[in-house]
Amino acid sequence: MKVVRVIPCLDVDKGRVVKGINFVDIRDAGDPVELAAAYDAQGADELVFLDITASHENRDTTVAMAAAVAEKVFIPFTIGGGVRSVDDARRLLRAGADKVSIMSAALARPDLITEIADEFGSQCCVVAIDARSSSETESGYEVFTHGGRRASGVDAVAWAVEAEQRGAGEILLTSMDRDGTKEGFELTLTKAVVERTNIPVVASGGVGTLDHLTAGALEAGADAVLAASIFHFGEHTVAEAKDHMTAAGLTVRPCP
Amino acid sequence: MTRPLVAVLDYGIGNLRSAQKALLRVGAEAHLTADSGLIADADAVVLPGVGAFGACMRALHDSGLGEQAISAAGSGRPFIGICVGMQLLYDASEESPGVDGLGVLPGEVELLPSHVKRPQMQWNRLQICRGDHPSMAGLEDPWLYFVHSYAAPVNENTVATVDYGGPVNAVVGVGNVWATQCHPEKSSQAGLSLLANWVQSIHEVSA
Repeated sequence: MKVVRVIPCLDVDKGRVVKGINFVDIRDAGDPVELAAAYDAQGADELVFLDITASHENRDTTVAMAAAVAEKVFIPFTIGGGVRSVDDARRLLRAGADKVSIMSAALARPDLITEIADEFGSQCCVVAIDARSSSETESGYEVFTHGGRRASGVDAVAWAVEAEQRGAGEILLTSMDRDGTKEGFELTLTKAVVERTNIPVVASGGVGTLDHLTAGALEAGADAVLAASIFHFGEHTVAEAKDHMTAAGLTVRPCP
Repeated sequence: MTRPLVAVLDYGIGNLRSAQKALLRVGAEAHLTADSGLIADADAVVLPGVGAFGACMRALHDSGLGEQAISAAGSGRPFIGICVGMQLLYDASEESPGVDGLGVLPGEVELLPSHVKRPQMQWNRLQICRGDHPSMAGLEDPWLYFVHSYAAPVNENTVATVDYGGPVNAVVGVGNVWATQCHPEKSSQAGLSLLANWVQSIHEVSA
């Protein structure tokens, strides 16, 4: 039985959640622990924290945040952004993160995927891929870095396949063409990666409606769907998302 | 009621802290430890685990905790293996041919079926086979979180399975030894309830 996961994504800067989350009963909209607990109570299956600054001096803050979240919240969470070495991964995992997501550092040195997988297991090694449509690559999608601004020349679908071969346990696939547009996931890209890999694929980028979440799993075959703004700004609860997905014939974990 | 002393075996791999934190939450005095004195004194012992079977067995032996785990499981004190910590209790695993497991439970851990995605990385609904087992007390239609590519064979020790390309062993119970393929420490309220049931079993043994 395939059970599709619903994953809110929180952007973090210096240990604080940014992009103003707007729940009615939240006292401190920047507190990662309080927000994580609120999403757990709503029935979120996992959380992703994306460290958007991730400069070297902020690593300790991020590790402390992982420890604080793990103290109070008992659902899986991933930390991405700025993970550049096995040592970075170790500190976050020891602090209580379940997975680390690597992107630029893996692209620059693909052995990092294998090193993290060998040390901690594939299950905690997520490779994040930011992709844009491109005429430069065979699949028609190219890996971009630096928030989608810098082309890498690497084929996004081929890179996902290579990441799996090197030991990645999950692909976090974001369409930078769709990110922030509320036009829905890039289904063709998502489907291409799902079909070419055998590890779970998390669809990301572009969710504006509940239909978009459903389409990511139903049409593109994603194992998990990630969204930010529709949850953060109170447009929809996780429970509404899951009801919608269930009505479309998908299996999800019921909300509490 | 005093908080029972629980030793979470720390043999230097991955994220072991979550299990400790969850046990603290449900009323145990849980310590992440490799100290043989503390493990011997503990009311109950947890064997967590993440990563590959062979790597975990090597780390267990290198830290000297393999024998401690076998002795704790044989002592009659409540014992729980979680995820790969469950798998280590068996004789061997297809994941790491030639590596001996702890042999606390009979059988060999097997790869999940080829027609499903591996790892299973998702929540799944428990199909309870032994509803009278204390681990399942008060759990209404529980869903728990799984991350694994291998699982122990389903047999008379199985308390609950999940459907993933067929029945997959999710929870076992043999006397004082419980084990979960799922991660109760990462399964929100349902998982905390299962761990609370385990802590309750410590109180009953100590009473």
